[in-house]
Amino acid sequence: MSKLQVSLYRYNPETDSAPYMEEFQVDTQGRDLMVLDVLHLVKEQDNGLAYRRSCREGVCGSDGMNMNGKNGLACITPLSEVVKKGKLTLRPLPGLPVIRDLVVDMGLFYKQYERIQPYLQNDQPAPAIERLQSPEERDKLDGLYECILCACCSTACPSFWWNPDKFVGPAGLLQAYRFLADSRDEATRERLSELEDPFSVFRCRGIMNCVAVCPKGLNPTRAIGKIREMLLANAT
Amino acid sequence: MSNLRSLTFDAIIIGGGGAGLRAALELAKSGKKTAVLSKVFPTRSHTVSAQGGITCAIASADPDDDWRWHMYDTVKGGDYIADQDAAEYMCSEGPKAVFELEHMGLPFSRFDNGRIYQRPFGGQSKNFGEGGQAARTCAAADRTGHALLHTLYQNNLKNNTTFLNEWYAVDLVKNANGDVVGCIAMDIETGEVVHVKSKATVLATGGSGRIYASTTNALINTGDGIGMALRAGFPMQDMEMWQFHPTGIYGAGTLVTEGCRGEGGYLVNKDGERFMERYAPNAKDLAGRDVVARSMVMEILEGRGCGEKGDHVYLKLDHLGEEVLGKRLPGIVELSKTFAHVDPAKEPIPVVPTCHYMMGGVPTNVHGQAIMQDAEGNDRIVGGLFACGEAACVSVHGANRLGGNSLLDLVVFGRAAGMFIEGALNEGIEYLDASESDVESAMQRMNRWNASESGETVPELKRELQDIMQNAFGVFRQEDNMQKGVQQLAELRERIDNAYLPDKSNTFNTARVEALELDNLMEVAEATAIAALERKESRGAHSRYDYPDRDDVNWLKHSMYFPAEKRLGQRDVNFAPKAVDMFEPKVRTY
Amino acid sequence: MVTNVTNFGRSGLSDWLVQRVSAIILALYTLFIVGYLLLNPGLDYAAWSGLFAQTWMRIFSLLAFVSLSAHAWVGLWTVTTDYLKPTGIRVATQTVIILAIFVFLVWGIQVLWGA
Repeated sequence: MSKLQVSLYRYNPETDSAPYMEEFQVDTQGRDLMVLDVLHLVKEQDNGLAYRRSCREGVCGSDGMNMNGKNGLACITPLSEVVKKGKLTLRPLPGLPVIRDLVVDMGLFYKQYERIQPYLQNDQPAPAIERLQSPEERDKLDGLYECILCACCSTACPSFWWNPDKFVGPAGLLQAYRFLADSRDEATRERLSELEDPFSVFRCRGIMNCVAVCPKGLNPTRAIGKIREMLLANAT
Repeated sequence: MSNLRSLTFDAIIIGGGGAGLRAALELAKSGKKTAVLSKVFPTRSHTVSAQGGITCAIASADPDDDWRWHMYDTVKGGDYIADQDAAEYMCSEGPKAVFELEHMGLPFSRFDNGRIYQRPFGGQSKNFGEGGQAARTCAAADRTGHALLHTLYQNNLKNNTTFLNEWYAVDLVKNANGDVVGCIAMDIETGEVVHVKSKATVLATGGSGRIYASTTNALINTGDGIGMALRAGFPMQDMEMWQFHPTGIYGAGTLVTEGCRGEGGYLVNKDGERFMERYAPNAKDLAGRDVVARSMVMEILEGRGCGEKGDHVYLKLDHLGEEVLGKRLPGIVELSKTFAHVDPAKEPIPVVPTCHYMMGGVPTNVHGQAIMQDAEGNDRIVGGLFACGEAACVSVHGANRLGGNSLLDLVVFGRAAGMFIEGALNEGIEYLDASESDVESAMQRMNRWNASESGETVPELKRELQDIMQNAFGVFRQEDNMQKGVQQLAELRERIDNAYLPDKSNTFNTARVEALELDNLMEVAEATAIAALERKESRGAHSRYDYPDRDDVNWLKHSMYFPAEKRLGQRDVNFAPKAVDMFEPKVRTY
Repeated sequence: MVTNVTNFGRSGLSDWLVQRVSAIILALYTLFIVGYLLLNPGLDYAAWSGLFAQTWMRIFSLLAFVSLSAHAWVGLWTVTTDYLKPTGIRVATQTVIILAIFVFLVWGIQVLWGA
């Protein structure tokens, strides 16, 4: 018997006046389960537990949460990587309003993503085939397009906590740079002019929490640095 | 219930994956009042998990490539029950649809000349099978589905599509004439139930791989569209045809793309033998998926499986080198480290055939219009109901889908449905409004769960269903086993009809969603089981010990499952493409 | 684009640049003063005021004062926008800060050039 003690953040606005932590014992049968598997086991004990999940392989970005103090995806985080002293504490992503249990309202996060106009802009008439792009030009998108919008980075960022309505946040900025870096995109000037205010990009203080938690190993801080370089080159 | 709030749209698209978003994009551009209703935020749909690519004759890797060759491969791959008019439409329209995606910004990998990178995939040939292996699968590294889904979502944002994200469609609403005039849907966040009225209802709800215990499918793939259509009394086509992907990671079930073998990887048994050379001397590891999956199971059954239990084989990639793996298959390296604890640059990945794709679904024409049969067995269009993507059976995949053809299916037929609906709306569609009792009957199921006071709970019933399907309707099937499976499912259905939902709260009640999903799994499982039992031959992915051969005399047909009588009928396969000669059924070898 | 009227340069980029350039100037000035003090252990008033009597030292010092003012304004403005959410309190605090900076700057100039 190998019981794991799981401490879970609980809140149901219909019945709870305030959030609280609830303890569960989960029998892992000695297996190195993923945190998501543990949540399934808890949900069999308590049907009412709410959390998001979909692909269970780290590509859809549904199950971002705070596991023993660090943001990550429950489905690709094995217990061996996160459990300390036989205990697992799960909380919702910090800094966003909680809807229920581990489910947060991602509205602000998505709004910042939408704000950077996350789509290719090119008004030239499209050719009959694809637009050509050299492998070197395409390489510039690596490390950028892979973002899964799980919000682990932005909700680990104090600047996003303080100004989620004004600071685009690491996830949105990574995507902003994804389009700035795309040889096929023609809206560079407009994109940059939308970002030069004191909040959108410049609220980043380079503490690199985003890099530390990104489950896909991406580096938003570097992308933000590149945006700053482009702004500087554009304005001096 | 007249106290339901109602929302009215010209078209409602249920499902925010590749097919739904592609259809939505077409309609958003048209200015019609459209909404996408998705139970997850769209980029969390299962399209995101597609890895290897989108197969299409864009003539990049080979300037002489021809969509007719692709069509030939598709028809042959489907073991000749793919509709040839549909395969023709998909393969000939495909390049247009793929170039559109590129213009929208999809970050395809590239060749040195700047064109889209294409890799070889299973079942691909040049010159109608005579010219050797083709490389026809357009790829964005091994994250093509992710790149495609995000690109489509982004372009829907650009075109101001209305999204009802984290809404769950419960059941279709039919009017007195049997037309579909909308659906009942629940806002998951608040629990509010709404009557969505619509002139066109598009099922883009994807597959249902979760009827099996071991599947590459996301947890959300519960066949919601299929379940809704079956409950509304509409027939399903070719539901016995389930693809088992040769390379699911042993134990975890997560997918390892066929692109691994396209890039030069191959399967070995415990003796280190590249066994596919024996089963498919020409195509080897790039034979059709059904062929490779069966070969793997044969190796395992004959005692040449790997591992302590001898119940899997190995996918060898280390000879490709770290550079190719890092550049072309970075996601696979990640997945196999996480789920198999193996670095593919050093060791082989343990793999086993795993449920992957539902070839069957809502029968439709190339415009996405749902089809049913009248008493004489003639096709009849269902008013107001459309389907596209995995939920639909157009049928381009027949009895076995080729790798890379699902993403093409999504965008080509999502787009086609969107265009057709726009045209139909312009011409004007009028259906009789649903009456109160029509709405009431669509609410029945939801009311049943909400009123339940005791009984078995969802997780255990779901597990049982998955085990039944896994044991009786897997890669190889046989009569007695399937008989038993059908029997067990009939008993399970009764228990599910009396199951209990303990949590009745409204705010983000995932237990309620899972209960509603269980009903859909049940519908899909039963349709699959009965169709599999009745199709007495082996064709494509449907492989029976007791009927090991293809029977073109009796079964060169689609199967049609009718839910009211739980009866299996047949429907003619289309052999009349417009611009090419039809492909005669031949013995299928690779 | 987020609109702002109270920050230093009206643009995040110029604030950012001002912050970096002023930081370099302040670092150089600090290094110079510390180095001077270390190299002149028996420093007396005459030598000290002699140093500040030279024009280049006055320009260098003024540059450092101006840099300090700008640096402080950009930095403190950022802090107030992070932590002070009620508009009234934030604007009041910002006003006090800008006044203080202004007073210190004028006073500094007076000390430097007035003697």
